[in-house]
Amino acid sequence: MQRTTREEGWRAKEVHLRELLLAGLAGDNPAYQVFLTELSAHLRAFLRKRLARLPDEVEDLVQESLIAVHNQRHTYDAGQPLSAWVQAIARYKLVDLLRRRAAQDVLNDPLDDEADFFSTADAQAAEARRDLNKLLDELPDQHRLPIIHTKLEGLSVQEAAKLTGMSESAIKVGVHRGLKALAARIRGSA
Amino acid sequence: MKTDDLINMLATGAGAVEPHAAERRYAKAMVAGALGALLVMLSMLSIRRDLADAALLPMFWLKIGFVASVVAASLFAVLRLSRPGVRIDWVPRLIAAPLLVMWFIAACVLIEADPSERAELFFGSTAAYCPFLIALLSVPAFVSLTWAMKALAPTRPRLAGFAAGLLSGATAALVYCLHCPEIEAPFIGFWYVLGMLIPAGVGAVLGRALLRW
Repeated sequence: MQRTTREEGWRAKEVHLRELLLAGLAGDNPAYQVFLTELSAHLRAFLRKRLARLPDEVEDLVQESLIAVHNQRHTYDAGQPLSAWVQAIARYKLVDLLRRRAAQDVLNDPLDDEADFFSTADAQAAEARRDLNKLLDELPDQHRLPIIHTKLEGLSVQEAAKLTGMSESAIKVGVHRGLKALAARIRGSA
Repeated sequence: MKTDDLINMLATGAGAVEPHAAERRYAKAMVAGALGALLVMLSMLSIRRDLADAALLPMFWLKIGFVASVVAASLFAVLRLSRPGVRIDWVPRLIAAPLLVMWFIAACVLIEADPSERAELFFGSTAAYCPFLIALLSVPAFVSLTWAMKALAPTRPRLAGFAAGLLSGATAALVYCLHCPEIEAPFIGFWYVLGMLIPAGVGAVLGRALLRW
């Protein structure tokens, strides 16, 4: 009985988060923000369990996974289970981190239970060790300014274009490439 | 930066995402790769003069059909391997199917042939350079396909690199059919496959470095 209720729980969560993501992909930014917030709790629980011996790395990896989910969100296919997609991204980033640290022996948990990804959640964010603001500051202007104006200050693309003297398409491309460059810097910094 | 601030930043102005991003990227990459292979071929080799006559032979179309099947199967594999969390259970069988058909035909041809003709059926007259020409023609598609794939999210980079390499090799082989004078199944089943496997092997070796995201 207990098991059935838990299973219903994460199935309902899957449906709920999938709706939020699909709304976000269609342009609903508030829904997308709720999606990322709720997803971050599941990512945190998933990664904390698997990084039991590297607890300080958890929040950094949650942030790195969120950036990956965002940058790669065009690869989500509406026909596939969201839990499988998210877990594959989190696992990829986890393995990447462990490989970077050449510490694959800390893997003390088999990495293979995708269906119940949404069965655990952890909303308690620890302090991230890596400061993304610093990495952001290191980006070249054509990436940094579009991100700061449109994504941190909340200006529209037109306003940011006017302010910086860049074209609107340069602003859009700058945001997109800038977030990719940020992910690349995270990969290089650890 | 706190995680909530990061989420705020990511969601602000995120906007809509165009659907079928992967399909559109690969369509462009395939066109670029095939045109590139055609240009390289026209600049170095020639289209076989008896192409019109060859096109009347069933074996010519069997060869085209075989290479096109490998293109289709590896394109399917590439699309699936570009998305996190998508299963690829029966994709290897899909890729193996055209190979097994070609090898079966090749075996029949060799068994039926007179023993003195078998070497000729297998080596043809171009075995020494056919695989290398296919590998050379695959370079444009290899570049365009790995570029397209890197913008997606391959979580199994070695397999993904192999599939992208195989697809570029098969695309190159399809273009090479316009030049290649060989038509016998034993030749196609070995030397063409070898030519397609060269970029596939390169892709598998370089996958982890090339496809990181």
